[in-house]
Amino acid sequence: MLATDNGAEERQPSVTPEPTATPEPAPEPTATPEPSAAKAPLLEMRGITKRYPGVVANDGISLDLRAGEIHALLGENGAGKSTLMNVLYGLATPDEGEILLEGKSIEIASPHDAIERGISMVHQHFMLIPVLTVADNIVLGDEPMRNGVVLDRASAAKRIRELGSSLGWDIDPDRKVGELSVGWQQRVEILKAIYREAKILVLDEPTAVLTPQETREIFGVLRRLKEEGYAIIFISHKLYEVLEIADRITVIRRGKVVGSRRPAETNEDDLAEMMVGRNVELTVDRGESHPAEALLVVHDLAVRDDRGHEVVHGVDFEVRAGEILGIAGVAGNGQDELVGALTGLRRPHGGTVMLGGIEVTGADPRRLHKMGVGYVPGDRQRFGLVMSFPLSDNLVLNDYYHPPYAHGLVRDDAAIQADANIAIAKYDVRCPSCQVAAETLSGGNQQKVIVAREFEGYVRLLILDQPTRGLDVGSIEFIHRTAIARRDSGVAILLVSAELDEVLELSDRIGVMYRGRIVEFLDGRTAEREDVGLLMATGGRESGIQEQIVEELVS
Amino acid sequence: MISRIRAVVLVPALAIVLALVTGAILMIATSPLVTGELSLILPLQAYLAMLSGAFGSFDGLVRTLVNATPLVLAGLAVGIGFKAGLFNIGAQGQFIVGALLSTAVALGVNDAPPLVGIPMALLAGMVGGLVWGFIPGFLKAYTGAHEVVTTIMLNYVALAVISWAVSGPMRGANVTFARTDDILSASLPILLGRDGHLGILLAAVAVPIAAWLLYRSTVGFEIRTTGANPEAARYAGMRPKNLIVFTMSLCGLFAGLAGATEILGEVGYMTASYSTGVGFDAIAVALLGRAHPVGILFAALLFGAMQAGAGNMQILAGLPVQMVDVLQAVILLFLTAEIVVRRIFRVRGQTAEMVEMASVSRSYGGGAT
Amino acid sequence: MEGLYDIPVIGLVIQFVAYLVAQFPLVAPIIVAAAVPIVLGALCGFMNERSGVVNIGIEGMMLIAAFTAWWAASLTAQAIPASPGPFGITPALFVGLAVGILAACLTSLLHAWLSISLRADQIISGTIINVFAFGITGYLNILVSQNAPRAGGQLSRLLLPGSITEIPVIGLIVKAFISVGPIALTMLISVVVLQYLLYRSRWGLRTRAVGEHPRASETVGIDVIRLRYRNVILGGIFAGLAGAYLTIEFGNAFQSGMTNGRGFIALAALIFGRWTPLGSFGAALLFAASVGLERSINISPPTGTLGDLMTSVPSQFYGALPYIITIVVLAGVVGRSVAPAADGIPYQRESKAA
Repeated sequence: MLATDNGAEERQPSVTPEPTATPEPAPEPTATPEPSAAKAPLLEMRGITKRYPGVVANDGISLDLRAGEIHALLGENGAGKSTLMNVLYGLATPDEGEILLEGKSIEIASPHDAIERGISMVHQHFMLIPVLTVADNIVLGDEPMRNGVVLDRASAAKRIRELGSSLGWDIDPDRKVGELSVGWQQRVEILKAIYREAKILVLDEPTAVLTPQETREIFGVLRRLKEEGYAIIFISHKLYEVLEIADRITVIRRGKVVGSRRPAETNEDDLAEMMVGRNVELTVDRGESHPAEALLVVHDLAVRDDRGHEVVHGVDFEVRAGEILGIAGVAGNGQDELVGALTGLRRPHGGTVMLGGIEVTGADPRRLHKMGVGYVPGDRQRFGLVMSFPLSDNLVLNDYYHPPYAHGLVRDDAAIQADANIAIAKYDVRCPSCQVAAETLSGGNQQKVIVAREFEGYVRLLILDQPTRGLDVGSIEFIHRTAIARRDSGVAILLVSAELDEVLELSDRIGVMYRGRIVEFLDGRTAEREDVGLLMATGGRESGIQEQIVEELVS
Repeated sequence: MISRIRAVVLVPALAIVLALVTGAILMIATSPLVTGELSLILPLQAYLAMLSGAFGSFDGLVRTLVNATPLVLAGLAVGIGFKAGLFNIGAQGQFIVGALLSTAVALGVNDAPPLVGIPMALLAGMVGGLVWGFIPGFLKAYTGAHEVVTTIMLNYVALAVISWAVSGPMRGANVTFARTDDILSASLPILLGRDGHLGILLAAVAVPIAAWLLYRSTVGFEIRTTGANPEAARYAGMRPKNLIVFTMSLCGLFAGLAGATEILGEVGYMTASYSTGVGFDAIAVALLGRAHPVGILFAALLFGAMQAGAGNMQILAGLPVQMVDVLQAVILLFLTAEIVVRRIFRVRGQTAEMVEMASVSRSYGGGAT
Repeated sequence: MEGLYDIPVIGLVIQFVAYLVAQFPLVAPIIVAAAVPIVLGALCGFMNERSGVVNIGIEGMMLIAAFTAWWAASLTAQAIPASPGPFGITPALFVGLAVGILAACLTSLLHAWLSISLRADQIISGTIINVFAFGITGYLNILVSQNAPRAGGQLSRLLLPGSITEIPVIGLIVKAFISVGPIALTMLISVVVLQYLLYRSRWGLRTRAVGEHPRASETVGIDVIRLRYRNVILGGIFAGLAGAYLTIEFGNAFQSGMTNGRGFIALAALIFGRWTPLGSFGAALLFAASVGLERSINISPPTGTLGDLMTSVPSQFYGALPYIITIVVLAGVVGRSVAPAADGIPYQRESKAA
């Protein structure tokens, strides 16, 4: 798979050129600033290089870790952080370099080895098996036995309860993991990591799906573990979090270490510049919005999930032309089903949806498209693209059946390709030609193809679902700018994102989704991060907090 | 352009070579059973006999074409299914139901002029196959029942239906065992040599039609999209359920036509125990031809040749004709184990999965689309 | 009682039920015998699919085992004279059984290699095995039969003392299920053992984990590839038993294509039984019951209106009944019966993305 890496550098003509032109920071002395208790490093990774076809994911990276410290690894998506941790955890073998544990060179050929050595990992995408219980998930791989063949579930449950309460959690080992909320699943993942008497804990983007309150709680847990002597690697792309929790911060960019700092010696701007390689505003200025009439009016909408449970209970909102309404919320509160109902992929079973005064409740995707609805899906590989098809086919996915792309049953390849080339040029998609398969493009370019398709043509309402998940800074910036431009041309935009910062940055108005309802609307200009986070976590009302307490007692 | 053809054709061609080698080893290993003693030249004798049987004479060539005819049509029946992510193992059942229905109609028009009788009988064959393809298509789309098992079950049910029909209502007058009367009027005219019947032309025409359908028409685009990514297809406004039903019915139509040409052109009547191996050969043809109509054409010609030569091989070398089945299976084996072929012949290049065929196993676990 | 039968419609149903009950002693052994290869085939499928590997080549594996078991028994019987032990076992039959199982395991190894190491589409891999099995057994059968081979023999049933079999009702059931040959008994034991192990043993937990979420399993140190290989090959044992059953216990001869779709019915039984051994056992009995129904209609059909009704239906219908039931079951059940989540998806150890 040839991933043409589309770094932000090539996109912006007005700023400083290629990173190679910027003098690389002078090689940092290998003895990075000492934490207060000077100790020999527990873990050292020296000169780790890992190559994949077409890209050098890790290029001579060196890192060290001490017991009792939290060392943050900072970098944007695609910088190489996950690859480095895969190497550490035995999921990838480095082409060059070595790993030393307590001064001795070791080889880690599989996760089994890593676990044996006391390295535990909490993954970004939970490695939990929904149909198995909490206890089964935690003990898997290291199961307590009775008589050599039979599992000893009783002693496992006992140990898990003890571990849980040592961190202040009341865990029920017999609950099926699939029934737990995202926050609780996170806790199970952490218990899984410390169940095995690890020495080193690696957490990969642990706060990506948490509310600010849950994040604070996790940080408390991490500090407690640190005091118990764990050595912790904390991977993130969120600057303020890293400044808050870490003892040391190492920044990675395009596979290389750019620098190491202590929080006291740096700030967000400095870190941002190291992360991206140029002076960058990580947020765009969305300017004033000039909303016109209400275009999308949703009233009392109720939607069921795949198992038949109602997960959207009577939602009311409207989106006006020329404004961006952002729906914030922890993943799993009904956003997917709401978006499904609005894009025609799911039938609501109650309520109405009006578009420009015309009822479209339960309309199918094609009808919605004809009426000017565009959709950038959260899972681009599943809904947005046909990976094995050429870009030209992907670009006409919504319109392949009518002129000029087809006359009756016969397709017009010339017209399809002509328009495809225009779109590719306009949206700066990096590809050899419009005939290559979508899967050969990088994530950022794939998303651009989808954007090129959905943002053009007759469009009055755009539904953006996690539009920048997993993308590099350059692509994120591009998509945000383009969305704001569309807003300014009069399109109504509904943004659904679990990334709170994205919602805050782009939205003119903010709605918070909690347990299938929109509990409050806030003005995008005045909304405070903490307040939105609290609403996301508790639904805002007193009863919301009580509900959560009850839920935690029960689970 | 040349390099693209080479890339697509090279591995199948090498797979065939390796299969012939493996077949040779097998023949040598079992030669004591054939000739009474170990014979190292048995493979040579066998392959030469096969070649001469298939290509050594005009009759042989015609025989090859005649054998290839049902393989092309049934191969399309399987290949089009692959494009939609469906595994049509039911070509056998669709084939014989098509044959049955076309026989029924043909007998009914035995007194009518051929210009009327032939199209009607062929049409009946297509309808019969279509129905037998519709059933598993409908079940897959609306209940999630995977077509692999339902089509195989329907193959057995089809055998029972034929058995009942030919022993009962369609039984001929004055016959000594369970069979129908002869088909007269609707018999396909001979165009070439001794047995080269109209079906050859139908098969030849079917290939460009299928290619056009799949790659130049909107319907074909929808079929391929459904196979490659049914969820994106839904978002694009296509209806995957309808497309699955449509595609399976279309596949059935091709297989039913194959059955009709066989009965009307080759056999001329039906027996209660009528069956065919074409359904399974068609799977091999579709896989070898990478589910592309032109590839299917060439694969069908190859297998047709092998079958045409098999008779000669049995006569001259004493090998049972089943060896052809074994060779076909081994070709498939090497196709699947593409990486082995590449390593042996040091063919460079990425081992692309058969991307032309959408992943069939994906939908196995159940749940309607 | 007879008077009840005259009530329209309901009377027919009552008579039908009474007929089934009355036929039970005659038909029960037939049902069990028909169920054995289906259950064993389903157990093979179970070992594969619970680990995440789709195997539709069970039919082919059974066929290969059936042929090799018969042939090996036949060859051994020519060389070593028979001296029957318990269950009528002779050296020939023992060798036949062993060879049949070995052949099925080797075929499973092929399937494992194609599906796990080469990551080929698993349904295509299974189909190739079926096509290959059909061809090679047909080919070898013709060659071997030319020389009129000696029969390999046949395993016999366990004989229970009359004191057990004569107990009303229970005795009948015991006789049907326990007074059977060794392979059938092995089937019964395997169902119970595997069911227990699935939920209570470490093997069962790891197998389920790998079938649901292989990457998660890998991250806790489980070797997904090795586990899958092991389970697929062990699954071959059951396919081997199923095939050998056909030619050295149920019958004593081989015919081309004699498995007749049982491998696929076994898959349907597995799906219907929610991928559990016990469930598959129950489902297989249902399918086997339709075979029993066909036999009993032929041997002693019911009397009166019901009898006329049932015999007026063409006999081919009853023969097709197991297949029709399979379709109906699949259509009704599949949506609700959920396969292991990773079933059919090839597993790639090292992820490519950074």
